[in-house]
Parts: sequence; C-alpha cells; structure tokens
Amino acid sequence: MAVTTMIGAKIHRREDPRLITGRGRYVDDMKLNGMLHVGFVRSPYGHARIRSIDVTDAAKAPGVVAVYTARDFEGLLQGEMPVTISFVPDKKQPIGWAFIAKDEARYHGEIVAVVLAREKSQAADATALVSVDFEPLPAVVDLDKAVESKSPTAHTGIPDNVAWDMTVGAGDVDAAFADADVVVKQRILQQRLFPIAMEGRAVLVEYVPFDNRLTMWTSSQVPHWVRLCLTLAMGIPESNIRIVAPDVGGGFGSKIHIYPEEYLAAAASKLSGRPIKWTEGRSENLQATHHGRAQIFDIEIAAKKDGTLLGYKVRQYVDTGAYVSVFSSFQCSAYAIAEGAYDLKNVKFQTVGILTNTTPTDAYRGAGRPEATHAIERGIDLVAREIGMDPVEIRRKNFSKFPHSNYLGFAYDTGDYDKALTKALATVGYDAFRQQQKELRAKGRYLGIGLSTWIEVCGFGPSAVTAANEPLALVESSSVRLHPTGSATVYVGTSPHGQGHATTFAQIAADTLGLPYDAIDVRTSDTGDTPFGYGTYGSRSLHVGGSAVLMSCRKVVDKARKLAAHMLEASEEDVAFDQGRFYVKGSPDKAKTMGEVAFAAHRDNLPEGMEHGLEAVTYYDPPDLSWPFGTHICVVEVDPETGAVDLQRYVAIDDCGNVINPMIVEGQVQGGVAQGIAQALFEEVIHDAETGQLRTGTLLDYSIPGTGEIPVIECDRTITPSTTNPLGAKGIGEAGTIAASPAVINAICDALSPLGIKHVDMPASPDRLWKQIQEARAHANGSKEAHQ
Amino acid sequence: MKHKVSTTVNGSRHEHEVESRLLLVHYLRDEVGLTGTHIGCDTSQCGACTILVDGKAVKSCTMFAVQAEGKELTTIEGMAKDGVLHPLQQAFWDEHGLQCGYCTPGFIMAAAYLLSQNPNPTEDEIRRGLEGNLCRCTGYVNIVKSVQAAAKTMGGAKAKTGEQQAATRRA
Repeated sequence: MAVTTMIGAKIHRREDPRLITGRGRYVDDMKLNGMLHVGFVRSPYGHARIRSIDVTDAAKAPGVVAVYTARDFEGLLQGEMPVTISFVPDKKQPIGWAFIAKDEARYHGEIVAVVLAREKSQAADATALVSVDFEPLPAVVDLDKAVESKSPTAHTGIPDNVAWDMTVGAGDVDAAFADADVVVKQRILQQRLFPIAMEGRAVLVEYVPFDNRLTMWTSSQVPHWVRLCLTLAMGIPESNIRIVAPDVGGGFGSKIHIYPEEYLAAAASKLSGRPIKWTEGRSENLQATHHGRAQIFDIEIAAKKDGTLLGYKVRQYVDTGAYVSVFSSFQCSAYAIAEGAYDLKNVKFQTVGILTNTTPTDAYRGAGRPEATHAIERGIDLVAREIGMDPVEIRRKNFSKFPHSNYLGFAYDTGDYDKALTKALATVGYDAFRQQQKELRAKGRYLGIGLSTWIEVCGFGPSAVTAANEPLALVESSSVRLHPTGSATVYVGTSPHGQGHATTFAQIAADTLGLPYDAIDVRTSDTGDTPFGYGTYGSRSLHVGGSAVLMSCRKVVDKARKLAAHMLEASEEDVAFDQGRFYVKGSPDKAKTMGEVAFAAHRDNLPEGMEHGLEAVTYYDPPDLSWPFGTHICVVEVDPETGAVDLQRYVAIDDCGNVINPMIVEGQVQGGVAQGIAQALFEEVIHDAETGQLRTGTLLDYSIPGTGEIPVIECDRTITPSTTNPLGAKGIGEAGTIAASPAVINAICDALSPLGIKHVDMPASPDRLWKQIQEARAHANGSKEAHQ
Repeated sequence: MKHKVSTTVNGSRHEHEVESRLLLVHYLRDEVGLTGTHIGCDTSQCGACTILVDGKAVKSCTMFAVQAEGKELTTIEGMAKDGVLHPLQQAFWDEHGLQCGYCTPGFIMAAAYLLSQNPNPTEDEIRRGLEGNLCRCTGYVNIVKSVQAAAKTMGGAKAKTGEQQAATRRA
C-alpha cells in the first residue's frame, strides 16, 4: 500500500489560478461564429389564459431573426419536463409541465415566446414588443387557502391543488401520546428562498444539421442528465450530443436539473440553424430558476417529565409552485431524518405537496434535511422549555446510541453525537456563558445560546436503498488512464461548481497510484470524455464519486503489480507496492516505479495474455448511505428596542468521517452556515397574495447577507469514519445549511425567553422580532394588570 | 447613434465605437474581450463587476462605457504582472478565499482599492470595505482572511516569484 501523503493534507486548489486571474471560462465568456442571442418572453401574471400572441412588431425589430411560440416547437420537442417521483409513491395526479406555455401560464416568469436576435440587447428589446393577450385568472398563492375545497385551482381543470399526500410512520404513535406527561405543538414556517448562485444559468448551444450533432455548454450540476433529457426530447442519439459544464459559478441545487430554457435553446438552434446563446439576468433568475424551501411544518412531540421523548407527529406542507419539478420530491426526504439525532421510534410523518401559481420549488442546499432538522431541533428545545430542562441535558438524554437504525429502518453507518456536542460546549464555554447570561439578564440584556445537534443522510444513492422504490441507483463513475511517461488522467462523472474535485480527486489518485500529485489531471463535466455520472448534489460527490476514483486506481495498481512482477521476474504475490514503487518483498532497492510500469505497459514484452495499457473504469454503487453529524452553537444578543440580532459567536463542530482536504471541508461548512444564517435572519421570497406576482423581484428586494452580516465561523471537527465507502468519508457540502438555522433561532428564543417568547419564525428580521417583543410585553403588562 | 470611446485597459490603449447605452462592464467583456469581470446581478448589488477606474473601485455596471473616455481601467486580468500573482491573488489562493470563483475578481478588485487607501485595515474595516460585494460560497470568513494576509504581504516582504509560488502549492 502507498503511504498516505496527500489524503488529509491542506493542498492548494488547482482550480484557483485561472479563477483568480480572470481566466476562468464560464458559459457567458464564450462565443461562436454566427451565434444568435435568445430572449424569453415571460408571463407577468401568476395565472393567466393566453388568448393570443402577436409577434408582428417583434419580428420587424432591428436584428431580430425569428420569433417562436409554442406551436413552432411542436414535433421538435417530445413530451414534457421530466419528474422523478421516487420519494412520492402516493402522488395523486400527474401535473404536466410543458417546455413552453401554450394556452395557460401558471407562474410569473413562465415562458410564452422566444425571440432570436443578432445582439443580446436587440433580443431584449424585441421581447418587449411581443404582444401577448393575457386574461388574468385567479391565482393560488397561500398554502392554507389552497387546500380549502372552494379554492381556485393552480391549473384550469384539475380537481384540487394537492400534488401528493403521503404518510410514513412506525411504532405506536397514539400510545406514545397517550402516555405523555407533556405534548408540545408548534407550527414552523420554512419561508421560500432563492438559491442565487452568483452566476445565473447560461446556455450556449450549437446544432449542426446533416451531421445531426448537438453541442451545449451549460451552467449545470448534471451534464449527463442534461444529455439524457435532450436525447429523449429531441430524438438525437446520445452519442451525437455533447454537454459541457465549464466553470460553473455555484449551484446550491438550482442547477440540478434541466430547465425549459435549455430545451428551447437547443430546439431554437435546430430551427434557426444557428448557434444560440442565453445568459440569464438576475431578475430573470429570480423568476425562472427554481426556488427552495416554501414549506410549513406542524409538529407535535410527546415527552415524559424527565425529558424522554416518546413520540413525534409531523405534517409537512410543501409549496411545489406551479409544477412538480424534477427533484421536488427531494424536499420530502425530510421524512428520512425526521427524528434527527434522537432515539424516537414512534413517529408519523405526513407530507403534502400543494400546487400554487408560483415558480416551482426544488432542491436548495440540503433539500428536505434543513427543514427536518429545523423542526426537530426547535421541537426538542420547546419540550426542554416546557419541562424546565437544559437543552444540552435533554439532547444527551435522547441521543441515539450506536449501532442504530431509525424509525424507518435505515441503519446509520457510524456516529458519536455526544463527542461532537461535548467538544462544541467546551469550545463555546457553555457553563461560563450561562453564568454571564444570568448576570446580564439582571441588567436587562437579552443574550441567548442555541444548539443544533444535527444529522444528515447523504451519499445518494445506493441501489440497496433505492431499489424499494424504483430501479434507479445513483452510482458514480470514474475512469483512470495512465499515460506512457507516467502521468494519469482521471475522468469522473461528478460535476463540480466550486467544490474542488480536481484537487481532492487528484489527492486520492496520487496516493493510490503512487504518482506525484502534479502528474494527475482530473477531468469533469464534459459528456464527450467522462463516463456517465449523476452529477454533484446532495453531498454525494466524495462518498460515491471519490470512492469510484479510489476503486479505479486500485484496479490499475492490480494490473500494474502483475506487470511489475513480470519485469522483476518474480511471482505477483511476492511483489510489494509502496509509495509508487513495486519491488520484491525484502529487496526494496531493486524497484520499478509506477511510471516505469506505465511505460512498459505500452511496449512489447508484456506477460502472456496481457493487453497493452493501464486503464480502469468503475461504476461505484456504495453498499449504503452515510450519516454525518455535528453540533453547532450560536450565541446572540437581541436588542429589545430595535429587534436587531447581534450574532456574537458561531461554533461548528462537524463530523464527516475521514477528511481528504481539511481546507475544503472547512470552506464548505463556512459557506453552508452562511446560507443557514441567511435563512434564519434575512432572506424571504414574497409573492403577491392575490396575483401571484413576484414582489421580491430584484436583489434590491431580497437581502443576501454580506461581509457585515456573517460572523467569524469557528470550525473544528471530530472524526468518526464511515463504514459505507472505502474512503471512510461522509458528505459535508450541505452540513452547514442543515445545522445553522435552528442554532440561530434557538439562540434567539433562548434570549427572549424572559419575555415568554417560545418560538420565532424565519426570517427573524428586526421588524418581526420587534413586533413579537412588543406583543409579549403588552401581554405581560396585561397579565400584571389583571392580577392587580 | 454610436460614440467613439478610447480607454486604457491594463496599460493597453483601446478605441471602439459604442452605443450610448452600453454599460462599462459589457464594453470590457464584449468589446475589449476581457471576460474576467463578471456580472452577478442587474441592480448593482453584487459587486462581481468591480474594477478600478483611475485607481478607484467602481462597479462597472454603474457606468456607461462612454463615461470611461480617457480613463485608466484596471481589471482582474491586469493584476498579475510578469508571471507573478498580485499578493491579493496569492492570498485568495493560500487562504481558500474562493470556491466557485465567480465573485472573486470583484472581491479582489474591491480589496485592492481598500488596501490602497488603508494598508493595514482591521477586520472590521475589511468587512466594511467589502460590503458592496456578495459571495454565496464562502461565508466571507476566508475572504476576510485573504485580505488580512495580503495586507501583511504588501506591507512587508516583496511579492513571491513564480518559482516560490509553485513551491507554496503544497503547504
């Protein structure tokens, strides 16, 4: 075995030099000769009938080459937007999502016409000249109203707005509630969010007639999915389609599927015979790129007076938006980790998907797991408050012990929840803080501390787990090829957009092959040379894709050992491999390096029956999922006069098993925490309740936190290796986002507990908190007066 | 109607005829062909398009190209000189100050102006100096560290040579 030198080391990212010098290549940085720019005409209404579309003026506008409507794409694009329903077996009604609206538009931003022009500005000008006769229809926006029997429907002609209604559960929930000393109930809002990758979506596509070939550069997390979807819709053989995701400026789930714009740009290139480019503007992005969260949780927890949790009931209402989007069902994955880090066997989880006339929602960093974690972490604090127990103590009392299977029978790989909690408490100085809090409360100051002892399920998705629902395993691929002079190219099916796969996968390959790090090149995100892969999302790339790299490298070493034995005139069993050198055991001085073996593999004199070359392919299907965990602690002070929250400290102790590159792990946690804080305190998408029009339509109206709003995030880790992949690694990409929102909100609720405030919804903006503080004070005064 | 505009970009003279409504950022990307300056919004919130105009940080989406007539413009492509990274670029690399890299050119240019005005900023001054720029990947922690590290380098030792940079790739 090679001695580990690269794995675990803080290696500078090899992606960075081009990105810090302005030489990155994002889609909008590219041009093709003869290229036209596309502008999309979108519905300005949440819900409207399309009476007619007049393109006369637009077609005559300067630079305009063509204007298309739904009719023009008939026959060119088959079928509809795909939907996966693996998490929703009880899906009630199929909701068709056309690539372009024909008779009815169902959200503000839905495409109704397509303009092609020579200049980008001309395309933008001409979209304003397309005259669409819309007849506004009643819009469905509010979830509570949407499920009332007299509610208008989000699609004309469907019986109701319920997209799915599914209940899972285990144990005896009724008995658990009957036995309880206390039952805590709470409605918890998960406001709608924009994912906002700093680079919006962008597409450059060229269809070559007669050759019947299509090449697309697209800002995507899943180039192989894009190719699969385009081949199904356009009937072009997959072998004639090449999809490239070049440098991609962030995704966070928003680039996890293929969008109408990608289909329409490809079809427009075929229709016009010209390369087509589209770069999404930010305001367009806020309407057209899917949204996240948009859920309501109604939770009930049954507990004993001593803090033992007995039962848990959850109702999750998911605002699907106008259509059930491709991975929308991931949001229901909240049920898979409903009970969090706690040993709770009596659980009932109902998920209801509700159609509204808003932009479809889909996976946003964490997708279901932040929502589940927020619910249970808030819930356990509410129970602690009710029975007068410390939030640390109640967590310790209920932590799952290993080996552990959850209420649905998922066997967790490894975990030591108390270890992470203990380390986090020591880092933040919990006991000292409680003392300080007491003293400052006496002086009228409102300090609070909030815990989040989070867990996550990731590593999607082994066939052993998915087989129950459908025959789809999200395996991940790699191909490793050694070149004659001893360098190697590693091709992978994952598709990074900031995660640093080119660096971490090279670290794995360098150690396993025993080659210098600089002799390894990692190629991703081009379907023209990488093996089929499912892409990058759901904290899966290292667990599944990194393991695929390791396995291919091991296969290469196995063949190289055979060849080295031949070169050393020894039997294979007698040949050792250490730090890139093959030698006969006991004679390390007479060694053949991996580079020398690679050279020999391309020459004559191979062992009998051995083919030339050193190359291997792996499609890795892990035996099971992985379950990372950790403890985040937030310290806040709330100003009762303004409702402002001062984030004083944020400590994150996470456990993602074995670490390949600690610098990258820390970066993922910090970025994830910032997005969790953003949800807790700042961000909220608002649609007009009557018309469904987007009211937070630009970044002027939507508060992404900046350098002044995010505190220093103090990171450290415990290491509990996973047993479900050969790297011993667990995902870390979403951990921060999953953990952060309850840590912040629990801290605020702790700070405001002297006022009798038990729950605060998100975003805990100054106006919301100020109102709640005023109400609590008025209530307290009212009670006092009533007593007098 | 088109207007003549001549600028100096990263030391080179450029002359173009442009529409009056052309934004400076589009001029740089589409006319001059320097695509390192990015566009992340359409309301001047994100700062991805930040460049230096006569040494001062400007969001290049807030100026028309014609307003840059006769100005000296510095973009991210002009920061590394003679094969040596600018200390800010080196620091962003060293401190993992970027992930997807899309906002990074804007942050580096904004930080360059900040350090030109205040060579030894406190953490708070760095955070205030960069509040016009948005990043969605890093949580800003390592961006702040990068600027602190660059300030130290720029105030102290000379920039590293190319060979020394290569040697630092394995910390």
